[in-house]
Amino acid sequence: MSDQPPKLQWKDVRIHLSGHDVLDGLNLTAQTGRSLVVIGGSGQGKSVTIKIAMGLMTPDSGQILIDGEDVTHLTGARRNQLFARFGMLFQGAALFDSLPVWENVAFRLINADGLSRPEGRKRAIEALAKVRLGKEVADLYPGDLSGGMQKRVALARAVVGSPEIIMFDEPTTGLDPITADAVNDLIVEQVKQLGCTAISITHDLASARKIGDDVAMLHGGRIVWSGPVESLDNSGNPYVEQFLAGRAEGPITAAI
Amino acid sequence: MNPVRVVGRITLDILAQAGDVTLFALKGVAAMLSPPWFPRQLARQLMAIGYLSLPVVGLTAVFTGAALALNIYTGGGRFNAEQIMPQIVALGITRELGPVLAALMLGGRVSAAIAAELGAMRATEQIDAMRTLSTDPFRYLVGPRLLAGVISLPLLTAVADLIGIAGGWLVATRTLNFNPTVYVRNTGDFLQDWDVESGLIKAAVFGFIVTLMGCYHGYNATGGARGVGRATTLAVVSAAILIFLSDYLLTTWFSRS
Ligand SMILES: Nc1ncnc2c1ncn2[C@@H]1O[C@H](COP(=O)(O)OP(=O)(O)OP(=O)(O)O)[C@@H](O)[C@H]1O
Ligand SMILES: [Mg+2]
Repeated sequence: MSDQPPKLQWKDVRIHLSGHDVLDGLNLTAQTGRSLVVIGGSGQGKSVTIKIAMGLMTPDSGQILIDGEDVTHLTGARRNQLFARFGMLFQGAALFDSLPVWENVAFRLINADGLSRPEGRKRAIEALAKVRLGKEVADLYPGDLSGGMQKRVALARAVVGSPEIIMFDEPTTGLDPITADAVNDLIVEQVKQLGCTAISITHDLASARKIGDDVAMLHGGRIVWSGPVESLDNSGNPYVEQFLAGRAEGPITAAI
Repeated sequence: MNPVRVVGRITLDILAQAGDVTLFALKGVAAMLSPPWFPRQLARQLMAIGYLSLPVVGLTAVFTGAALALNIYTGGGRFNAEQIMPQIVALGITRELGPVLAALMLGGRVSAAIAAELGAMRATEQIDAMRTLSTDPFRYLVGPRLLAGVISLPLLTAVADLIGIAGGWLVATRTLNFNPTVYVRNTGDFLQDWDVESGLIKAAVFGFIVTLMGCYHGYNATGGARGVGRATTLAVVSAAILIFLSDYLLTTWFSRS
């Protein structure tokens, strides 16, 4: 176990965006088959962190390793092969608004995996049920849905086909507590039953405790604390303590 | 500011932009000619780009044909050559006005729509999302649109040729006392295959340009809704300029061979 390289690793990642160093030497590890939760203030670069891991942004320096393999500047067939095992839920859902809901969910199955449309539709409806969306939603367009429903469709799209690594960018933001809990159950199920590696970003501490095995706190472009979720409450770290208490006073200054 | 420097900077910017567009175009050609193809997307784009442009292209053609006939009749009258009007109208439409006007109408309608749609997809991260779903967004979005442009515009131009000539015929027979049958026969006897073919070749090139400009500016849009607006304007303006430029170059080239 210990000889095996971690599933996903950020090594000294730096990126400069819109005039400042968003990530400034970020080191982070997601262990195989575990669920990592990243917490941190608004605008601290959490979304950028996972977009870099997905290859959607290229860091100025540093490395991204998947199973120990450097994929930072990978292109072509090998890249497609590796990233075919990834799924991602975007913070803003990012549903294709020209396609009906079911085709959004089945997009990868139909366009990349070569499944027939009826089979894709069947699988999409099953995936929608997992996020508590009924069959009647399948033929609507994303524009016809509420924000929370769009988020759940995007979640179904990210997990369909059981990817090995899934990134969830604020999966429960904008959901009512009951649906949020169902979504958290779904994430736990993906990790516990299907053995995937999950990386989730959340502001919601209850969610973090429920879905996380490990927690990492991002601040000032670096990970200022990380550890198993059980040690969150006695971290002894002023950043984490302030975040947990939700105080305006402390090392973190509110982003207004 | 040193003026030499300003001119130098602008020249470099233009060259960089031209290089960028050329690369995009080459990638586009590769996406058109090699798999994976997305037939459903192609069908959808043929509908949006080709079929739905028929009314505006037809309307433009009939009025242009009619007005052209009147103008040439008046001009021809100055040296008693009114009777060659059908031939000149046919030539003007097939070689020049059919393809150029169809392309300009398509440029306004289609390149703006493409730039807006792709720009919005970029702004809302739909293009990124597609990459995370193991699908190359360039091939899925750009390839079918370019192909639809290259297929549609020659067909639209063929229709515009027919309707434009019909417009001339209508004016000639209704108000200028031309004999309907003689008009048609004169047109048919006079026109050579190459008159029509060269116009259709132009149209294929214009179809590529119009969709390329929409795709290029939309796909590379930055900065949210404002960026989408800018992309749309740039797409329409650059498509129009490139249509005129390539029209002149192609015509020069055709008239030499
Ligand atoms: N595509 C981009 N281009 C330029 N700057 C960007 C881009 N994406 C993010 N940034 C900048 O990077 C910083 C971090 O953004 P990011 O979206 O990662 O924050 P976040 O931690 O996810 O915040 P939130 O919790 O509000 O979602 C911001 O200052 C933002 O301005
Ligand atoms: Mg974010």
